[in-house]
Amino acid sequence: MPFEEKWCPRLISVAAFCGVFLLGGCGGEPWNHPYPAAQHGENILYGAFAERPKHLDPARSYSSDEYRFISQIYEPPLQYHYLHRPYRLIPRAGAGLPRVRLYDDAGRLLPADTNADAVAYSVYEVSVKPGVRFQPHPAFARNSAGDFIHHHLAGGSLEELRAPGDLHPLASRELTAADYVYQIKRLADRRLQSPIAGLMANHIRDMAGFAERLAARVAAGGERERFIDLREIPHGGLAVVDRYTFRVTLEGHYPQFVYWLAMPFFAPMPWEADRFYRQPVLAARNITLDWFPVGTGPYMLVENNPNRRMVLARNPEFRGEAYPREGEPGDRAAGLLADAGATMPFIDRAVYVLEKENIPYWNKFMQGYYDASSITSDNFDQAVQFTGQGDPAVTPSFRDKGIQLAAAVTTSIIYRGFNMQDPVVGGYDEEARLLRRAISIAVDTEEYISIFANGRGRAAQGPLPPGVFGHREGRQGINPYVYEWSGDGPRRRPIDEARRLLARAGYADGIRADSGEPLVLHFDVRATGPDDRARLDWMRKQLAKLGIQLDIRATDYNRFRDKMTKGTAQLFRWGWNADYPDPENFLFLLYGPNGKAEHGGENAANYANPEFDGLFEEMRAMADGPRRAAVIDRMLELVRRDAPWIWGFHPTEFTLSHRWYANFKPHMMANNTLKYLRIDPQLREAKRREWNRPRVWPLGVAGVLLVLLGVPAVLGWRRRQRQSALA
Amino acid sequence: MMAYILRRVLYAGPILLGVNVLTFALFFLVNSPDDMAYMHLGERHVTATAVESWKAERGYHLPLFWNGEAAGAGTFKETIFFQKSLGLFAFDFGRSDSGRDIGYDIGQRMGPSLAIAVPVLLVGLAVNITFALVLVFFRATYVDVWGVVLCVALMSVSSLFYIIGGQFLIGKLLRLVPISGYDGGLDGLKFLVLPVVVGVVSGIGAGTRWYRTLFLEELGRDYVRTARAKGLPESVVLGRHVLHNALIPILTGVVVLLPLLFMGSLIIESFFGIPGLGSYTIDAILAQDFAIVRAMVFLGSVLYIVGLLLTDISYTLVDPRVRLG
Repeated sequence: MPFEEKWCPRLISVAAFCGVFLLGGCGGEPWNHPYPAAQHGENILYGAFAERPKHLDPARSYSSDEYRFISQIYEPPLQYHYLHRPYRLIPRAGAGLPRVRLYDDAGRLLPADTNADAVAYSVYEVSVKPGVRFQPHPAFARNSAGDFIHHHLAGGSLEELRAPGDLHPLASRELTAADYVYQIKRLADRRLQSPIAGLMANHIRDMAGFAERLAARVAAGGERERFIDLREIPHGGLAVVDRYTFRVTLEGHYPQFVYWLAMPFFAPMPWEADRFYRQPVLAARNITLDWFPVGTGPYMLVENNPNRRMVLARNPEFRGEAYPREGEPGDRAAGLLADAGATMPFIDRAVYVLEKENIPYWNKFMQGYYDASSITSDNFDQAVQFTGQGDPAVTPSFRDKGIQLAAAVTTSIIYRGFNMQDPVVGGYDEEARLLRRAISIAVDTEEYISIFANGRGRAAQGPLPPGVFGHREGRQGINPYVYEWSGDGPRRRPIDEARRLLARAGYADGIRADSGEPLVLHFDVRATGPDDRARLDWMRKQLAKLGIQLDIRATDYNRFRDKMTKGTAQLFRWGWNADYPDPENFLFLLYGPNGKAEHGGENAANYANPEFDGLFEEMRAMADGPRRAAVIDRMLELVRRDAPWIWGFHPTEFTLSHRWYANFKPHMMANNTLKYLRIDPQLREAKRREWNRPRVWPLGVAGVLLVLLGVPAVLGWRRRQRQSALA
Repeated sequence: MMAYILRRVLYAGPILLGVNVLTFALFFLVNSPDDMAYMHLGERHVTATAVESWKAERGYHLPLFWNGEAAGAGTFKETIFFQKSLGLFAFDFGRSDSGRDIGYDIGQRMGPSLAIAVPVLLVGLAVNITFALVLVFFRATYVDVWGVVLCVALMSVSSLFYIIGGQFLIGKLLRLVPISGYDGGLDGLKFLVLPVVVGVVSGIGAGTRWYRTLFLEELGRDYVRTARAKGLPESVVLGRHVLHNALIPILTGVVVLLPLLFMGSLIIESFFGIPGLGSYTIDAILAQDFAIVRAMVFLGSVLYIVGLLLTDISYTLVDPRVRLG
């Protein structure tokens, strides 16, 4: 067969295929669309998560990676107002804020402003909204005789079971006060290892006793993980008053308890769910309460694959909730009140995809496949620039693309601390204070924020971040030992002043006056990566300004924690993220009885000042007001003077979002924010098509090049074949 | 042959026990049960009681290897090593320290790992052998010289570069496939293209050079000279005779890999969001989840031993001269 006859039809076929391939790139759906075609144009929010959640049980979960899911599902009695600042608690599943009553030893009712010392116990009475219903779930399904259908599952019929939703029928029931009491009892179940079990045992009456009684029941025999009906075990601190009301009795006065009532730890748990998930046949399939939540919230988890994808969908039993009608000044202009009074949630589903690496995550955001994104240092310059006034804004190319920036100072602090038990940097005499203050001036936090955080942070003037009661702005809020007021803001005191303080402390030019030896300090850090090197070098240079030598002791997490627990670190890096926006949650980090080395608490610097401790005990039981503000002012003065921390900074969180993403306002305390968000799926789909048209012509060029390169090879091959045959 | 296989299986017992002891010792040399408890309980509000309770609930309150307070067999049985590690010999992986069934998780994650690893192996094998044959065909010409130079260059590049470069070029610039992600069934094919291409391309340099060396060695043999003397074209000599006779070293390299394909690829899975076993192991190490670490190390050891055994058996299939005794 002649060459042309044999090859021409094949070449035509290949050309036709290539033509179709090339034309395919000219229109239609993007080829790089990572979501199924059925979802295109749907009212679905797309996000990503980098760390797979470990626990979804509200008694165990205690990380933001997990809260972003369960906060949409579980409803504690309270929540934070979405728009209002400073942060304010409002009812969620609760009918109102808790009624708090204080009592003395004799059980007599005390006025609300009674001094904490006089309060023997306090009672929180919480009412629940009627008509709130749990999501459809097999745990509630009953047959006509009233027996639960799925509480006695047998293994044989469950081969295909992957999730509780695979079982039918499903059912729901109304939320009652007993469900909250059941959950609070679960916090004491040692099989669950709730992270706040110890803390609550210190506050809720009879919590420790209940834990012992429950542990005895667990140990009494049988399978450890079996169902134990917590309703049968009495609890002296909890009471169901009626169908919609329950009481919690606390030892003494603990006003911050109200904030815990806004956290998933205090979300309701139906006993039927506990009974259902305690079946061994389900546990063998990893179908547990720790992985498949049962809530009353606006969303329910319909796909739980933490290795790949988590999907939330509207809870058909959700009662609906009105979008806030009021907010801060400026919220209306920002469009945040456009939906005022509208029934939430607005989004039908939320799909969260596991993205461990930042590069694909960022690229997919830029392609429109994620609706919002945080910013890493690698992408910062591409996305953000600072205006002449120092305000952050998106770059022109991002603005043209319709990308918006939202920034908010977090309710957290990153600081460097001195171990107050250390013989060199610790102690409360004047020389030690001067040494710490000199170092505090020398460590230029503003420079650190500029270099290592792309300007995303605000230098701290004390332990309290903005937005927390007791934090003061302006001149009256500065730390006078490290800063001076320049007229338009705080200005770090000059390094010469730090040198003078150092000389007065007995270390002129970094030389010990008593021995003539250079002053060498040890900096303990969790630092194992190459990125840490620059930070540590920077820190070394800060102390070198004073002639102090810094010995970096970088170590892994385990060794570092061990040093901190034993109190053998000297200078260290630490941080704190608020549980709730009350000054108690920051000032307790410096409360003496909370010292890490002696008491295993969160006071990593082991700071112990009797005056501060006394003021702290007074302050924590006070309501916000001028008296409390005055006490906090005095406490801040004490810690600024003693300088147990180099105050560090409060990070600023930057979030980018596309123009189809509406109603977003950064909230540092609330995690149940999905219900407020709205997206425009049609605009998103149009933009995705516009931004993701496939480019196939480079493939054609590559193919032609390959053919051109192949021709001499084919000729060579034919020549060699002939040579071999002749050889 | 059965006697040989039986003997090798028996040998595996002490090897696996040794691996188990070594894993156990290394893990607890770096992490104490207290460290594990703190890692799982978090850093906030954790009390010493909570730590002790966590250890007691999971059996980490026991001594590591020897329980001097127990009597009789309890001195050995009431230890972390006995209770956590020996069940593995019955392939009872137990539960992770966060409470999940490890066997179930491994079963779930094996599929995605194989979905990437098998095509990478097969396509890579075909591509590498083809390139190597082409280079051998054009040996001692500019094609061979520049081919080898190209192979060395490809070998010198970090696998991370291939991944990032592939995502940038194919996913971002050309927008031909999704940059990352995974899905089951036919919908998942578009997610596999990029990691498979990256996996194959990143292996071309080393693979081609290795096979080229094997083929060149075979070319010097008498049977090749005989084949040429018969007048066979060079392509037939290479494709039929050289390739067939080079199969033993090829098999050595490939069959031993087969079982390990189940274990997945750490970097590729991580960058492409593939929920396989590679990321499962590294996540467990970072979370100090000893239950998963020991299960995965044990599984890896078993699969490696199986791979070696399969290699031996495969010798007998491709070379009649080999007898296992």
